[in-house]
Amino acid sequence: MRIVVDFDLCESNAVCMGIAPEIFEVRDDDFLYVLDENPPESMRAKVEESVQRCPKQAISIAED
Amino acid sequence: MNSTTVIVGASLAGINAARTLRLNGQTGPIVVVDADPERPYDRPPLSKQMLTGEWEPEKILLPAGKEDLDLDFRLGVRAKAVDLGSRQITLETPNGNVETSAFDSLVIASGAAARRLPDTAGIAGVHVVRTLADSLSLRADLDAGPSRVVVIGAGFIGAEVASSCRKRGLDVTLVEALPLPLERILGPEMGRVCAQVHIENGVDLRLGTGVLQLETAAVDGVERVVGVALTDGTTVAADVVVVGIGVSVNTQWLEGSGLNLDDGVVCDDTLLAAPGVVAAGDIARYPSARFGRMLRVEHWETAIAGGEAAARRLLAEESGETPAVFDPIPWFWSDQYDRKIQLAGRPMPTDECVVVHGSTEEFRFVALYGDGDRLTGVLGMNRPRHVVQLRAIFEEGATFSQACERAAAL
Repeated sequence: MRIVVDFDLCESNAVCMGIAPEIFEVRDDDFLYVLDENPPESMRAKVEESVQRCPKQAISIAED
Repeated sequence: MNSTTVIVGASLAGINAARTLRLNGQTGPIVVVDADPERPYDRPPLSKQMLTGEWEPEKILLPAGKEDLDLDFRLGVRAKAVDLGSRQITLETPNGNVETSAFDSLVIASGAAARRLPDTAGIAGVHVVRTLADSLSLRADLDAGPSRVVVIGAGFIGAEVASSCRKRGLDVTLVEALPLPLERILGPEMGRVCAQVHIENGVDLRLGTGVLQLETAAVDGVERVVGVALTDGTTVAADVVVVGIGVSVNTQWLEGSGLNLDDGVVCDDTLLAAPGVVAAGDIARYPSARFGRMLRVEHWETAIAGGEAAARRLLAEESGETPAVFDPIPWFWSDQYDRKIQLAGRPMPTDECVVVHGSTEEFRFVALYGDGDRLTGVLGMNRPRHVVQLRAIFEEGATFSQACERAAAL
């Protein structure tokens, strides 16, 4: 599982950070940083919730 | 679950209910009915990227609406009545045919409709922003380059429409009946800050004044708005008027059904309105133990979470599992100009409000709301990181003073 963020769409609502702070971090510059682009399978439910709840549909999961 | 579910409403709550049912074992038919003929779409961009012209309709289609979930979409079809005894719903098709459809369980997610000014139907140049058709119609009028847009109501929709018009370089007058915008939601102190944001962005802000009437003229044989007469005695010339004065819930079709209707569908704390009947999204009114009162929440995220929870409630009823209580912390965002406003919680305008990070002068801050020592809200302007962290602290059950303390350490 690889996390793909479309940074043209992302507007830093930080919803993903609320769901999975181990993976997503919005810093003081108001930009999103992906801390772990290849998270373990155990994080899949949280990543999927982040995909669903992103107000900009900016997050997707690539299976490669 | 091999029964038939009818979902009324194909927007965020309805489509997420459908998705949750299908992905969690419902094998029987799922019929999704909506009076709106469009494929399910996302509403937040309607007052922003759609109006500025940055996005086209294809871009706002909801992902769940495009998934292969084997849903029976009945778009452009209006729910007219429901009989909970015989489990029959009456539907009206676009060509006026009336038919009935049987169901075992029902999801009520018919949402709300934009309120309009009385006696303004049919006047060209007068708009609301609720549906894709509304947004495209307003956009066409903005494309024509109006000399001034008057926005009536400085709530979140009005504020975002004003912002989008300013981005297009249009002159905007924003009219608000209350002395301060958003005062009922954010209190007077933060209402003042929001007012200042409009003024800094070149909006002609008229506070504490109502609308007396719209001035119209016949243009090419069509009655068109040419101005707005205000209760303070002034008249503002305008080619386009946008009305953003809130919504009313779409419960007409439920009258006489026996469901408890009170500015929404009254549910229990699991979103159950009657056996086998759940409600979600803008229309659901549910008791919140967290806030100690009944809530009806019109937020984007509540529609998703409510749709999922309502579906799980039906699945639990079927399986005999203990249903989960629905009581999330409401959260929403609003983008206005280059500011992002986010609110978690449900403060009362009379609650205490303390800025814990940044400053209101810079329009970059976080404020906490408290009722006594009970934390009631987290408000951020261009501070998404702090809002999400404080929302988590809120979720943990922190008191107002604890949250203030922990905010200082973030």
